[in-house]
Amino acid sequence: MFGTGLLKGLGITFKHLVDTYKDDIQSTPARYQGSDDRGKGLKVIDQPVDQEGLLTIQYPEERRLLPERFRYIPMLIWDTETDEERCTACGICAKVCPPQCIWITRATDEAGKPVTRPQDFFIDATICMSCNYCVEFCPFDAIKMDHDAELASFERFPHLVYDKGELTVPLDYYAALWPTQYAEEQERRAQEAAEARAKEEAKAARAAVKKEEEEAPAPEAKLSRAEELKQKAMERARQRREAQS
Amino acid sequence: MSLAPPNFPDLKTDQVESYLHPSVSVPEGLNNNVLVTTIDRLYNWSRRSSMWPLLFGLACCAIEMIATASSRFDLSRFGMEVMRPSPRQSDLMIVSGTVTKKMVPAIVRIYNQMAEPRYVIAMGACATGGGPFKEGYNVVSGIDKYVPVDVYIPGCPPTPEALMFGLMKMHQKVDTQSVTTADWYKREGSAFVPVPHLGPDIFDPRQADLIRAETMSGEAVAADTGGDRAEGGVPGGLRNLGEKAKARIAQAKERAAARLAG
Amino acid sequence: MSDIVAPSTTVAGPLDVAGTLALVQEALPDAKPVSAGPTDYLEVAPDQLIEALQVLRDQGGCDLLSSITCTDYLSYQGRARAKDGPRFEVVYHLYSTAQGGDCVVLHVPVDDGESLPTATPVYPGANLQEREVWDLYGLVFDGHPNLRRILLWEGFEGHPMRKDWHEAYYEEDQKPFRSRHPRADFARSEDKVPWGKNTRYPADWDPDDWQEPVTYVPVSQDPRSRNGAGDHLSTESVVVNLGPHHPSTHGVFRMIVRIEGETVIALEPDMGYLHRNHEKIGERNTWLMNMPFTDRLDYINSMSNNWGYALAVEKLMGLEVPERAEYLRVIMAELSRIVNHLWSIGFILNDLGALQTPALYAIEEREMILDLFESVSGARMMCNYLRFGGVHRDLPAGWAERARYVVHERLPRALDQLDDLLSGNEIVNTRGRGVGYLSAEQLISLSVTGPMIRAAGVPYDIRRCEPYGVYDRFDFDIPTLPHSDVYDRYYIRLLEARESVRIVQQALAGLPEGDILAGKGGYVFRPPEGEAYGRVEGPKGELGFYLVSDGKPNPYRYHIRAPSYINLNALAPMTVGYKVADAIVILGAIDIVLGEVDR
Repeated sequence: MFGTGLLKGLGITFKHLVDTYKDDIQSTPARYQGSDDRGKGLKVIDQPVDQEGLLTIQYPEERRLLPERFRYIPMLIWDTETDEERCTACGICAKVCPPQCIWITRATDEAGKPVTRPQDFFIDATICMSCNYCVEFCPFDAIKMDHDAELASFERFPHLVYDKGELTVPLDYYAALWPTQYAEEQERRAQEAAEARAKEEAKAARAAVKKEEEEAPAPEAKLSRAEELKQKAMERARQRREAQS
Repeated sequence: MSLAPPNFPDLKTDQVESYLHPSVSVPEGLNNNVLVTTIDRLYNWSRRSSMWPLLFGLACCAIEMIATASSRFDLSRFGMEVMRPSPRQSDLMIVSGTVTKKMVPAIVRIYNQMAEPRYVIAMGACATGGGPFKEGYNVVSGIDKYVPVDVYIPGCPPTPEALMFGLMKMHQKVDTQSVTTADWYKREGSAFVPVPHLGPDIFDPRQADLIRAETMSGEAVAADTGGDRAEGGVPGGLRNLGEKAKARIAQAKERAAARLAG
Repeated sequence: MSDIVAPSTTVAGPLDVAGTLALVQEALPDAKPVSAGPTDYLEVAPDQLIEALQVLRDQGGCDLLSSITCTDYLSYQGRARAKDGPRFEVVYHLYSTAQGGDCVVLHVPVDDGESLPTATPVYPGANLQEREVWDLYGLVFDGHPNLRRILLWEGFEGHPMRKDWHEAYYEEDQKPFRSRHPRADFARSEDKVPWGKNTRYPADWDPDDWQEPVTYVPVSQDPRSRNGAGDHLSTESVVVNLGPHHPSTHGVFRMIVRIEGETVIALEPDMGYLHRNHEKIGERNTWLMNMPFTDRLDYINSMSNNWGYALAVEKLMGLEVPERAEYLRVIMAELSRIVNHLWSIGFILNDLGALQTPALYAIEEREMILDLFESVSGARMMCNYLRFGGVHRDLPAGWAERARYVVHERLPRALDQLDDLLSGNEIVNTRGRGVGYLSAEQLISLSVTGPMIRAAGVPYDIRRCEPYGVYDRFDFDIPTLPHSDVYDRYYIRLLEARESVRIVQQALAGLPEGDILAGKGGYVFRPPEGEAYGRVEGPKGELGFYLVSDGKPNPYRYHIRAPSYINLNALAPMTVGYKVADAIVILGAIDIVLGEVDR
């Protein structure tokens, strides 16, 4: 009969309407289950999978529970254990970045010699595509993905080009956002540190043996040759910088 | 991480003011004007509580915009569920996605057709600054090159939460505007944005003189070595103009002067 | 429904590629067989192209001209090619829908300034792709019915995919740019051009003299436009412009339509409003950097796009993928197919006038799947999850249980509900049945793939015809419907989503333990010289990636065979003769995504 399809459809929408309230009433106490209030009276909603429909998230009073792997814009880790930043300005993140939105300047010591620390670190949030490659390929666990998506601003430049100060977060912040990964990483780092120590000790022992034998001019020469080349390269770089400015 | 303090949403309007664009701040003398501020408050409250966005999707971000409008995030809580396909009926344009050169003339035309007061949100990295496609030959590196933008939302794409946070910023901006200073209440009104044209590449009629000066100089300036302009000291190729080029520039200037006079 | 054709689960057997190429060689002794990495192809002179295509179509059984593209060998650095050969090579990929199997590849070397004959008389589906080659490479196809710019606009200076064409913000041919590291000077690209915009102008150009050349040939010069002559009722046909900003066009797509009364008598699609230069950017990126860019092609299903690209690169590099990773890929790709079909059903209904309700119901379950994507990959839409030789990360704790609940309980329920809500609806039936008909032969000759030809009764699905991944291990059907109208195109998506649910259920049940990534997964690698074409059955049709490597860390050529773009070949033939309101629905039922159409 003509019209039965329409009536059936209307029935479904009506059932949806009733279900909305049913879900709401049934789950009101459970709605915020396991939520934390982040000190601001916010509720975090973890959508239960066994529900009929979906919970509406009443942002900004309520938040969606973000999974640990959620990624938005990168952040830099300040290692509170050693009280220094983990970044060594190696530049791998800038290399792998598909839209090339990272700029790093290496810091120098008083003598003008580059050290393995970034002088400055910029990420242009108006270019960043949140692809996670910088995190994936960082060998020092120094750059991680932040969960903070509330970055809207009234001005584009320079507000959306984040510098090192704006990007750096303490290790605890990262540990709180990425608990599983943090735990794995700590374990791996501890292991690596132990291995490095063992290697160091072995090396020291070997060196002691060598010292006793008192013969190793060849590697030294090699080393000095490398040092010389490095100095030359640095001199060139300095000249170029001066010519630039 | 951003410039705003963490408790930004809880700040009162006058505390927020220092983060705002200078053109939208309330002049000092007006802060004490009780009548005007009351009207402002009522007026702004009603405006921001029922903003009608333009139904206007460009790319990936539009999908997130639709997700924001759908049942899980429910934009109608902001009085925004009515997305109007006609620019005449809407007061907020959410530029959601990559702006291409081929599309810009249409966008500017739509912007000009919107009734005032009108607002623009650049949603996502592409609309904000070109995003990952910034270098592309058909990509505009940020819609703010053509129309004024009120709020920028970074992210690729911004999650629904990020979009809603941007909308709340938009509300804050509306709250700071006053009927006495707003552009659209001035006698002359606010200006239309000239629609860019599609030539050998897109061009903005406002920059015609600059473009002419550069192209007539006998070298394609934007071409291969663009990066080293700082070394020469002179922007562009004004140094070595040919005779023909000089004549044509002079002619163009005359034409422009005649247009102004007439 | 009663009219489902018994699903065909077999194809006639894979195409004998070597034998087919031999057929061509027999007919054209001048054709030269070449082997480039994993691909063998025939090099055919331009004046013999049509003959070769005819042999392939009529004797070789290759009825589907899948892809036409071009490579500019100007700066090729590999050793396998002669340096002084012709500059361009136009590449044709052909398949057999009846037999399945691998593709037959033809190369046509053309030098700068030369032209080649159009393939449109043999394969009408060559139309849009040849226009794209003209637009981006400036190669002329003699005899093409409408050879105008398609992604850019008439009057644009130059042909941007040529290797010697540089954009305004040009830095270097390859990322990472040497200028950025280690000097790391913070320079905005805007400062490179005096006007601060991403534009460049030819020397001696005067903006004031400029006239925009715009012609819309089929619409403006339509021979069928009668203009009231010879009719007792004087009517006049009118040109109506739909888009690029139009709520029904699924993004920034433009249709220029000539209507008489309400009947469409000519239609011309205009695209390029979202042309984001994926291919140009892709040639500067390293191989790995292109992966997140593929997310943004068809931005509703990033997972299948990732797979298409990964497949092509794995072919080129000869990588093996661990079993667990293959299962994870199947799960993600099929979930993403469900997302796409739900989305497209919702928006076909939007186009039919059922604003919001069906769309909102349809994308409710999408949120559950996006939550799954987000917890495994970190992003709702731009997952960037696949890597060459596997996937990026393993499943987090509790993911499989959640996914199992979603595919066993929620998705079947939601699909049943949509079926009940829509399939029997009288309005959907009257608006959909018999609208937008094209026969299966016509669709294939127009190079259409995906749900569109399965709704015309052709059981052509790459998962079955040329199985990739571990699809041969699952029990699923390729549903087909006979009528090839809008209703069937809607309904086939519902049926396919059901099959995808079945596949995910089986894949989750059989998910093996083990590695998820073969090899070390570094960030710089150099695939050996050669070319490869990897294709997957994307939710919208055959998604292919044509890659050329010259042994450097960047792809030499990176071409995307985008199903939504090529399916648009059928838009005008399908729409002419129907009402203008049907044009909207017909477009909706093709299911295009502009990110992929324009790239």
